[in-house]
Amino acid sequence: MSTYLSNNWETILTALRQHIWLALVPVVIGFVVALPIGYLGVRFPWLYHPLVNTCGVLYSIPSLALFVFLPVVLGTKILSPLNIVVALTIYTVALLARTVADGLRSVDALVVQSATAMGYRRLRRLIDVELPVALPVILAGLRVATVSNISLVSVGALIGVGGLGQLFTRGFQLFYTQPIIVGIVLSVALAGICDLAIVGLQRLVTPWTRYQRGAA
Amino acid sequence: MNLSYLFDAAHWSLTDDGSIPQLILSHVWYVVLALIIGTIIALPVGLYIGHTGRGSFLAINAGNAGRSLPTLGLLMLMVTLLGLGLTPVLIALTVLVIPPILTSAYAGMRTLDHRVVDAARGMGMRPSQVLFKVELPMALPVMMSGFRSAALQVVATATVAAAVGLNGLGRLLIDGLAVNDYSRVLAGAIVVAVLAVVLDLILALAQRWIVSPGLR
Repeated sequence: MSTYLSNNWETILTALRQHIWLALVPVVIGFVVALPIGYLGVRFPWLYHPLVNTCGVLYSIPSLALFVFLPVVLGTKILSPLNIVVALTIYTVALLARTVADGLRSVDALVVQSATAMGYRRLRRLIDVELPVALPVILAGLRVATVSNISLVSVGALIGVGGLGQLFTRGFQLFYTQPIIVGIVLSVALAGICDLAIVGLQRLVTPWTRYQRGAA
Repeated sequence: MNLSYLFDAAHWSLTDDGSIPQLILSHVWYVVLALIIGTIIALPVGLYIGHTGRGSFLAINAGNAGRSLPTLGLLMLMVTLLGLGLTPVLIALTVLVIPPILTSAYAGMRTLDHRVVDAARGMGMRPSQVLFKVELPMALPVMMSGFRSAALQVVATATVAAAVGLNGLGRLLIDGLAVNDYSRVLAGAIVVAVLAVVLDLILALAQRWIVSPGLR
Protein backbone atom coordinates (compact mmCIF):
# COMPACT_ATOMS: atom_id res chain seq x y z
CA MET A 1 0.00 0.00 0.00
CA SER A 2 2.76 2.48 0.89
CA THR A 3 4.54 1.92 -2.43
CA TYR A 4 1.29 2.53 -4.26
CA LEU A 5 0.74 5.74 -2.32
CA SER A 6 4.28 7.05 -2.78
CA ASN A 7 4.29 6.25 -6.50
CA ASN A 8 0.90 7.74 -7.21
CA TRP A 9 0.33 10.52 -4.72
CA GLU A 10 0.20 13.14 -7.45
CA THR A 11 -2.54 11.32 -9.35
CA ILE A 12 -4.40 10.77 -6.09
CA LEU A 13 -4.19 14.42 -5.08
CA THR A 14 -5.37 15.60 -8.50
CA ALA A 15 -8.30 13.18 -8.31
CA LEU A 16 -9.12 14.37 -4.79
CA ARG A 17 -8.99 18.03 -5.81
CA GLN A 18 -11.27 17.37 -8.79
CA HIS A 19 -13.58 15.37 -6.55
CA ILE A 20 -13.95 18.22 -4.03
CA TRP A 21 -14.63 20.72 -6.78
CA LEU A 22 -17.14 18.52 -8.63
CA ALA A 23 -19.05 17.68 -5.45
CA LEU A 24 -19.16 21.01 -3.67
CA VAL A 25 -19.83 23.52 -6.46
CA PRO A 26 -23.22 21.85 -7.13
CA VAL A 27 -24.04 22.02 -3.41
CA VAL A 28 -23.54 25.79 -3.40
CA ILE A 29 -25.43 26.44 -6.66
CA GLY A 30 -28.16 23.95 -5.73
CA PHE A 31 -28.68 25.55 -2.34
CA VAL A 32 -29.06 29.02 -3.86
CA VAL A 33 -31.52 27.72 -6.48
CA ALA A 34 -33.50 25.58 -4.02
CA LEU A 35 -34.23 28.42 -1.58
CA PRO A 36 -36.66 30.37 -3.80
CA ILE A 37 -38.19 27.16 -5.24
CA GLY A 38 -38.83 25.76 -1.77
CA TYR A 39 -40.28 29.11 -0.69
CA LEU A 40 -42.71 29.06 -3.63
CA GLY A 41 -43.91 25.64 -2.45
CA VAL A 42 -44.87 27.23 0.87
CA ARG A 43 -46.13 30.58 -0.41
CA PHE A 44 -48.51 28.81 -2.80
CA PRO A 45 -49.72 25.69 -0.96
CA TRP A 46 -51.21 24.14 -4.11
CA LEU A 47 -47.64 24.00 -5.49
CA TYR A 48 -46.35 21.88 -2.60
CA HIS A 49 -47.42 18.43 -3.79
CA PRO A 50 -46.44 18.89 -7.44
CA LEU A 51 -43.10 20.19 -6.15
CA VAL A 52 -42.50 17.18 -3.91
CA ASN A 53 -43.46 14.75 -6.68
CA THR A 54 -41.28 16.44 -9.30
CA CYS A 55 -38.36 16.37 -6.88
CA GLY A 56 -38.96 12.67 -6.25
CA VAL A 57 -38.96 11.83 -9.96
CA LEU A 58 -35.84 13.95 -10.63
CA TYR A 59 -34.07 12.18 -7.80
CA SER A 60 -34.90 8.75 -9.20
CA ILE A 61 -33.13 9.39 -12.53
CA PRO A 62 -29.96 7.32 -12.32
CA SER A 63 -26.89 9.54 -12.05
CA LEU A 64 -25.18 7.59 -14.80
CA ALA A 65 -28.06 8.32 -17.17
CA LEU A 66 -27.97 12.01 -16.34
CA PHE A 67 -24.19 12.22 -16.76
CA VAL A 68 -24.44 10.58 -20.16
CA PHE A 69 -27.47 12.45 -21.29
CA LEU A 70 -26.69 16.03 -20.32
CA PRO A 71 -24.11 16.55 -23.10
CA VAL A 72 -26.93 15.96 -25.60
CA VAL A 73 -29.17 18.53 -23.93
CA LEU A 74 -26.51 21.11 -23.08
CA GLY A 75 -24.36 20.65 -26.16
CA THR A 76 -21.29 20.13 -23.98
CA LYS A 77 -18.52 17.62 -24.68
CA ILE A 78 -19.04 14.22 -23.07
CA LEU A 79 -15.79 14.63 -21.10
CA SER A 80 -16.70 18.09 -19.84
CA PRO A 81 -16.87 18.33 -16.02
CA LEU A 82 -19.81 20.68 -16.56
CA ASN A 83 -22.07 17.65 -17.12
CA ILE A 84 -21.27 16.31 -13.66
CA VAL A 85 -21.74 19.74 -12.09
CA VAL A 86 -25.14 20.29 -13.74
CA ALA A 87 -26.32 16.75 -12.93
CA LEU A 88 -25.37 17.01 -9.27
CA THR A 89 -26.91 20.49 -9.11
CA ILE A 90 -30.19 18.98 -10.31
CA TYR A 91 -30.03 16.34 -7.56
CA THR A 92 -29.15 18.95 -4.95
CA VAL A 93 -32.08 21.15 -5.97
CA ALA A 94 -34.42 18.14 -6.00
CA LEU A 95 -33.37 17.26 -2.46
CA LEU A 96 -33.14 20.74 -0.98
CA ALA A 97 -36.23 22.37 -2.53
CA ARG A 98 -38.32 19.87 -0.63
CA THR A 99 -36.32 20.32 2.58
CA VAL A 100 -36.60 24.11 2.35
CA ALA A 101 -40.37 23.84 1.88
CA ASP A 102 -40.67 21.35 4.76
CA GLY A 103 -38.45 23.53 6.95
CA LEU A 104 -40.50 26.66 6.30
CA ARG A 105 -43.73 24.76 6.85
CA SER A 106 -42.42 23.52 10.20
CA VAL A 107 -42.13 27.07 11.52
CA ASP A 108 -44.63 27.52 14.35
CA ALA A 109 -47.60 29.60 13.12
CA LEU A 110 -47.54 31.51 16.43
CA VAL A 111 -43.98 32.66 15.69
CA VAL A 112 -45.02 33.90 12.26
CA GLN A 113 -48.06 35.69 13.70
CA SER A 114 -45.96 37.35 16.42
CA ALA A 115 -43.53 38.60 13.80
CA THR A 116 -46.41 39.93 11.71
CA ALA A 117 -47.88 41.62 14.77
CA MET A 118 -44.50 43.25 15.44
CA GLY A 119 -44.74 44.85 12.01
CA TYR A 120 -42.57 42.55 9.89
CA ARG A 121 -43.44 42.65 6.18
CA ARG A 122 -43.46 39.40 4.26
CA LEU A 123 -39.89 39.50 2.89
CA ARG A 124 -38.26 40.77 6.09
CA ARG A 125 -40.22 38.24 8.11
CA LEU A 126 -39.04 35.48 5.78
CA ILE A 127 -35.37 36.47 6.04
CA ASP A 128 -35.25 37.51 9.70
CA VAL A 129 -37.66 35.06 11.30
CA GLU A 130 -38.85 32.13 9.19
CA LEU A 131 -35.56 31.17 7.52
CA PRO A 132 -33.51 31.17 10.75
CA VAL A 133 -36.15 29.10 12.55
CA ALA A 134 -36.24 26.66 9.61
CA LEU A 135 -32.43 26.43 9.43
CA PRO A 136 -31.97 23.21 11.45
CA VAL A 137 -34.25 21.33 9.01
CA ILE A 138 -32.66 22.98 5.95
CA LEU A 139 -29.12 22.29 7.14
CA ALA A 140 -30.02 18.65 7.84
CA GLY A 141 -31.04 18.45 4.16
CA LEU A 142 -27.81 20.17 3.17
CA ARG A 143 -25.84 17.48 5.00
CA VAL A 144 -27.64 14.74 3.08
CA ALA A 145 -27.12 16.54 -0.23
CA THR A 146 -23.42 17.17 0.42
CA VAL A 147 -22.64 13.63 1.52
CA SER A 148 -24.56 12.00 -1.32
CA ASN A 149 -22.99 14.35 -3.89
CA ILE A 150 -19.53 13.35 -2.71
CA SER A 151 -20.39 9.69 -3.17
CA LEU A 152 -22.15 10.27 -6.54
CA VAL A 153 -19.24 12.12 -8.18
CA SER A 154 -17.35 8.84 -8.51
CA VAL A 155 -20.03 7.44 -10.86
CA GLY A 156 -18.78 10.08 -13.32
CA ALA A 157 -15.64 7.96 -13.72
CA LEU A 158 -17.68 5.68 -16.00
CA ILE A 159 -17.80 8.55 -18.50
CA GLY A 160 -14.22 9.64 -17.79
CA VAL A 161 -14.65 12.51 -15.29
CA GLY A 162 -15.09 11.33 -11.77
CA GLY A 163 -12.49 12.60 -9.33
CA LEU A 164 -11.69 9.72 -7.01
CA GLY A 165 -13.94 7.49 -9.09
CA GLN A 166 -11.10 7.31 -11.62
CA LEU A 167 -9.14 5.36 -9.00
CA PHE A 168 -12.03 2.85 -8.92
CA THR A 169 -12.14 2.34 -12.68
CA ARG A 170 -8.35 2.11 -12.89
CA GLY A 171 -8.23 -0.48 -10.13
CA PHE A 172 -11.09 -2.38 -11.71
CA GLN A 173 -9.43 -2.48 -15.14
CA LEU A 174 -6.15 -3.72 -13.64
CA PHE A 175 -7.88 -5.98 -11.09
CA TYR A 176 -5.85 -4.20 -8.44
CA THR A 177 -7.49 -3.35 -5.11
CA GLN A 178 -5.19 -0.62 -3.77
CA PRO A 179 -6.38 2.37 -5.83
CA ILE A 180 -9.98 1.35 -5.12
CA ILE A 181 -9.39 1.19 -1.38
CA VAL A 182 -7.56 4.55 -1.40
CA GLY A 183 -10.44 6.08 -3.39
CA ILE A 184 -13.11 4.73 -1.04
CA VAL A 185 -11.23 5.83 2.10
CA LEU A 186 -10.62 9.35 0.75
CA SER A 187 -14.20 9.69 -0.47
CA VAL A 188 -15.66 8.59 2.87
CA ALA A 189 -13.22 10.81 4.79
CA LEU A 190 -14.09 13.80 2.61
CA ALA A 191 -17.79 13.20 3.21
CA GLY A 192 -17.19 12.92 6.95
CA ILE A 193 -15.21 16.16 7.08
CA CYS A 194 -17.82 18.10 5.08
CA ASP A 195 -20.61 16.64 7.23
CA LEU A 196 -18.83 17.72 10.41
CA ALA A 197 -18.21 21.16 8.93
CA ILE A 198 -21.95 21.65 8.32
CA VAL A 199 -22.75 20.43 11.84
CA GLY A 200 -20.26 22.99 13.16
CA LEU A 201 -21.82 25.69 11.00
CA GLN A 202 -25.24 24.75 12.32
CA ARG A 203 -24.10 25.07 15.95
CA LEU A 204 -22.65 28.45 15.07
CA VAL A 205 -25.69 29.91 13.29
CA THR A 206 -28.47 28.38 15.41
CA PRO A 207 -27.22 28.81 18.98
CA TRP A 208 -30.79 28.80 20.35
CA THR A 209 -31.29 25.09 19.52
CA ARG A 210 -28.61 24.31 22.13
CA TYR A 211 -30.19 26.47 24.81
CA GLN A 212 -33.57 24.85 24.20
CA ARG A 213 -32.12 21.40 24.60
CA GLY A 214 -30.31 22.56 27.74
CA ALA A 215 -33.52 23.92 29.22
CA ALA A 216 -35.64 20.88 28.47
CA MET B 1 -34.85 13.93 -27.77
CA ASN B 2 -34.77 10.81 -29.82
CA LEU B 3 -37.20 8.16 -28.58
CA SER B 4 -36.71 5.74 -31.47
CA TYR B 5 -34.93 3.09 -29.37
CA LEU B 6 -37.59 3.12 -26.70
CA PHE B 7 -40.49 2.83 -29.15
CA ASP B 8 -38.94 0.27 -31.46
CA ALA B 9 -41.02 -2.91 -31.07
CA ALA B 10 -37.91 -5.02 -31.78
CA HIS B 11 -36.47 -3.93 -28.43
CA TRP B 12 -39.55 -5.09 -26.53
CA SER B 13 -39.44 -8.77 -27.46
CA LEU B 14 -40.01 -10.91 -24.38
CA THR B 15 -37.62 -13.65 -25.42
CA ASP B 16 -34.55 -11.85 -26.88
CA ASP B 17 -31.56 -11.52 -24.60
CA GLY B 18 -30.92 -7.86 -23.87
CA SER B 19 -34.42 -6.72 -24.83
CA ILE B 20 -35.96 -4.05 -22.61
CA PRO B 21 -38.36 -6.44 -20.79
CA GLN B 22 -35.49 -8.83 -20.05
CA LEU B 23 -33.35 -5.99 -18.73
CA ILE B 24 -36.23 -4.73 -16.58
CA LEU B 25 -36.60 -8.25 -15.21
CA SER B 26 -32.93 -8.57 -14.27
CA HIS B 27 -32.93 -5.02 -12.87
CA VAL B 28 -35.96 -5.75 -10.68
CA TRP B 29 -34.33 -9.03 -9.63
CA TYR B 30 -31.21 -7.24 -8.29
CA VAL B 31 -33.38 -4.62 -6.59
CA VAL B 32 -35.68 -7.13 -4.90
CA LEU B 33 -32.82 -9.36 -3.76
CA ALA B 34 -30.91 -6.41 -2.30
CA LEU B 35 -34.01 -5.14 -0.53
CA ILE B 36 -34.84 -8.56 0.93
CA ILE B 37 -31.29 -9.25 2.16
CA GLY B 38 -30.95 -5.66 3.42
CA THR B 39 -34.24 -5.87 5.31
CA ILE B 40 -33.35 -9.23 6.88
CA ILE B 41 -30.10 -7.70 8.18
CA ALA B 42 -31.15 -4.13 9.01
CA LEU B 43 -34.70 -4.47 10.32
CA PRO B 44 -34.00 -6.65 13.42
CA VAL B 45 -30.98 -4.52 14.34
CA GLY B 46 -32.93 -1.26 13.94
CA LEU B 47 -35.88 -2.62 15.91
CA TYR B 48 -33.61 -3.91 18.67
CA ILE B 49 -31.78 -0.60 19.00
CA GLY B 50 -35.04 1.36 18.89
CA HIS B 51 -36.74 -0.94 21.40
CA THR B 52 -33.92 -1.02 23.93
CA GLY B 53 -32.29 2.34 23.21
CA ARG B 54 -28.89 0.61 23.28
CA GLY B 55 -26.55 1.54 20.43
CA SER B 56 -28.51 4.63 19.32
CA PHE B 57 -25.25 6.22 18.21
CA LEU B 58 -24.79 3.43 15.68
CA ALA B 59 -28.33 3.77 14.32
CA ILE B 60 -28.17 7.55 13.95
CA ASN B 61 -24.81 7.55 12.22
CA ALA B 62 -25.39 4.49 10.05
CA GLY B 63 -27.46 6.65 7.71
CA ASN B 64 -24.79 9.19 6.97
CA ALA B 65 -21.93 6.70 6.95
CA GLY B 66 -23.80 4.53 4.45
CA ARG B 67 -24.60 7.44 2.16
CA SER B 68 -20.95 8.43 2.04
CA LEU B 69 -19.78 5.01 0.83
CA PRO B 70 -19.43 5.24 -2.96
CA THR B 71 -21.38 2.28 -4.35
CA LEU B 72 -19.34 2.18 -7.56
CA GLY B 73 -16.10 1.90 -5.57
CA LEU B 74 -17.50 -0.78 -3.30
CA LEU B 75 -18.81 -2.71 -6.29
CA MET B 76 -15.47 -2.59 -8.10
CA LEU B 77 -13.60 -3.53 -4.92
CA MET B 78 -15.89 -6.53 -4.45
CA VAL B 79 -15.40 -7.59 -8.06
CA THR B 80 -11.61 -7.43 -7.76
CA LEU B 81 -11.81 -9.45 -4.53
CA LEU B 82 -14.51 -11.98 -5.45
CA GLY B 83 -14.50 -12.05 -9.25
CA LEU B 84 -17.35 -11.23 -11.61
CA GLY B 85 -20.86 -12.38 -10.80
CA LEU B 86 -24.04 -11.59 -8.93
CA THR B 87 -22.51 -11.70 -5.43
CA PRO B 88 -20.38 -8.51 -5.62
CA VAL B 89 -23.34 -6.59 -7.06
CA LEU B 90 -25.65 -7.84 -4.32
CA ILE B 91 -23.11 -6.95 -1.61
CA ALA B 92 -22.72 -3.40 -2.95
CA LEU B 93 -26.49 -2.85 -3.32
CA THR B 94 -27.27 -4.40 0.06
CA VAL B 95 -24.77 -2.11 1.77
CA LEU B 96 -26.65 0.73 0.08
CA VAL B 97 -30.09 -0.24 1.41
CA ILE B 98 -29.10 -1.18 4.97
CA PRO B 99 -28.61 2.38 6.36
CA PRO B 100 -32.03 3.85 5.42
CA ILE B 101 -33.88 0.73 6.60
CA LEU B 102 -31.93 0.55 9.86
CA THR B 103 -32.21 4.25 10.61
CA SER B 104 -35.94 4.40 9.88
CA ALA B 105 -36.68 1.26 11.91
CA TYR B 106 -34.84 2.91 14.79
CA ALA B 107 -36.57 6.27 14.27
CA GLY B 108 -39.98 4.59 14.02
CA MET B 109 -39.47 2.86 17.35
CA ARG B 110 -38.03 5.96 19.05
CA THR B 111 -40.70 8.44 17.98
CA LEU B 112 -43.55 6.33 19.36
CA ASP B 113 -45.84 7.94 21.87
CA HIS B 114 -44.53 6.50 25.14
CA ARG B 115 -47.89 6.83 26.82
CA VAL B 116 -49.27 4.23 24.42
CA VAL B 117 -46.46 1.82 25.25
CA ASP B 118 -47.00 2.46 28.96
CA ALA B 119 -50.73 1.86 28.53
CA ALA B 120 -50.03 -1.44 26.75
CA ARG B 121 -47.76 -2.52 29.61
CA GLY B 122 -50.36 -1.37 32.13
CA MET B 123 -52.93 -3.56 30.40
CA GLY B 124 -50.69 -6.50 31.19
CA MET B 125 -49.20 -7.15 27.75
CA ARG B 126 -46.01 -9.19 27.72
CA PRO B 127 -42.88 -7.52 26.22
CA SER B 128 -43.29 -9.55 23.01
CA GLN B 129 -46.94 -8.48 22.75
CA VAL B 130 -45.98 -4.84 23.32
CA LEU B 131 -43.41 -5.15 20.55
CA PHE B 132 -45.55 -6.95 17.97
CA LYS B 133 -49.01 -5.60 18.71
CA VAL B 134 -48.24 -2.00 19.69
CA GLU B 135 -44.76 -0.76 18.88
CA LEU B 136 -44.31 -2.39 15.48
CA PRO B 137 -47.69 -1.37 14.01
CA MET B 138 -47.20 2.19 15.25
CA ALA B 139 -43.66 2.42 13.91
CA LEU B 140 -44.72 1.11 10.49
CA PRO B 141 -45.37 4.44 8.71
CA VAL B 142 -41.88 5.76 9.50
CA MET B 143 -40.31 2.39 8.69
CA MET B 144 -42.12 2.26 5.35
CA SER B 145 -40.88 5.69 4.37
CA GLY B 146 -37.30 4.55 5.01
CA PHE B 147 -37.93 1.39 3.02
CA ARG B 148 -39.37 3.41 0.14
CA SER B 149 -36.39 5.73 -0.02
CA ALA B 150 -34.10 2.67 0.09
CA ALA B 151 -36.05 1.18 -2.81
CA LEU B 152 -35.82 4.39 -4.87
CA GLN B 153 -32.07 4.61 -4.29
CA VAL B 154 -31.40 1.02 -5.19
CA VAL B 155 -33.51 1.18 -8.38
CA ALA B 156 -31.41 4.11 -9.60
CA THR B 157 -28.11 2.66 -8.39
CA ALA B 158 -28.61 -0.88 -9.70
CA THR B 159 -27.66 0.59 -13.09
CA VAL B 160 -23.98 0.42 -12.06
CA ALA B 161 -24.20 -3.39 -12.22
CA ALA B 162 -23.75 -3.00 -15.98
CA ALA B 163 -20.37 -1.36 -15.39
CA VAL B 164 -19.01 -4.71 -14.22
CA GLY B 165 -20.61 -6.69 -17.02
CA LEU B 166 -23.90 -7.69 -15.46
CA ASN B 167 -27.37 -6.99 -16.86
CA GLY B 168 -30.07 -4.66 -15.59
CA LEU B 169 -31.16 -1.42 -17.20
CA GLY B 170 -27.63 -0.03 -16.86
CA ARG B 171 -26.84 -2.07 -19.97
CA LEU B 172 -28.81 0.44 -22.06
CA LEU B 173 -26.77 3.29 -20.56
CA ILE B 174 -23.32 1.69 -20.76
CA ASP B 175 -23.79 0.04 -24.17
CA GLY B 176 -25.53 3.10 -25.56
CA LEU B 177 -22.65 5.25 -24.41
CA ALA B 178 -20.07 2.83 -25.82
CA VAL B 179 -21.54 3.08 -29.35
CA ASN B 180 -22.71 6.72 -29.05
CA ASP B 181 -26.35 5.67 -29.32
CA TYR B 182 -28.04 8.36 -27.26
CA SER B 183 -31.49 7.12 -28.15
CA ARG B 184 -30.62 3.93 -26.26
CA VAL B 185 -29.24 5.91 -23.28
CA LEU B 186 -32.43 7.95 -23.15
CA ALA B 187 -34.52 4.78 -23.29
CA GLY B 188 -32.56 3.42 -20.30
CA ALA B 189 -32.97 6.63 -18.30
CA ILE B 190 -36.71 6.82 -18.96
CA VAL B 191 -37.37 3.16 -18.16
CA VAL B 192 -35.43 3.41 -14.88
CA ALA B 193 -37.28 6.56 -13.83
CA VAL B 194 -40.65 4.99 -14.71
CA LEU B 195 -39.68 1.82 -12.86
CA ALA B 196 -38.80 3.89 -9.78
CA VAL B 197 -42.13 5.71 -9.86
CA VAL B 198 -44.10 2.47 -10.37
CA LEU B 199 -42.24 0.74 -7.53
CA ASP B 200 -42.89 3.68 -5.23
CA LEU B 201 -46.59 3.59 -6.12
CA ILE B 202 -46.75 -0.14 -5.35
CA LEU B 203 -45.04 0.44 -2.01
CA ALA B 204 -47.37 3.36 -1.25
CA LEU B 205 -50.36 1.07 -1.88
CA ALA B 206 -48.78 -1.64 0.28
CA GLN B 207 -48.31 0.95 3.00
CA ARG B 208 -52.00 1.91 2.91
CA TRP B 209 -52.85 -1.74 3.15
CA ILE B 210 -50.59 -2.76 6.05
CA VAL B 211 -50.71 0.39 8.17
CA SER B 212 -53.51 0.28 10.70
CA PRO B 213 -56.44 2.60 9.77
CA GLY B 214 -56.23 4.13 13.24
CA LEU B 215 -52.84 5.64 12.39
CA ARG B 216 -53.85 7.45 9.21
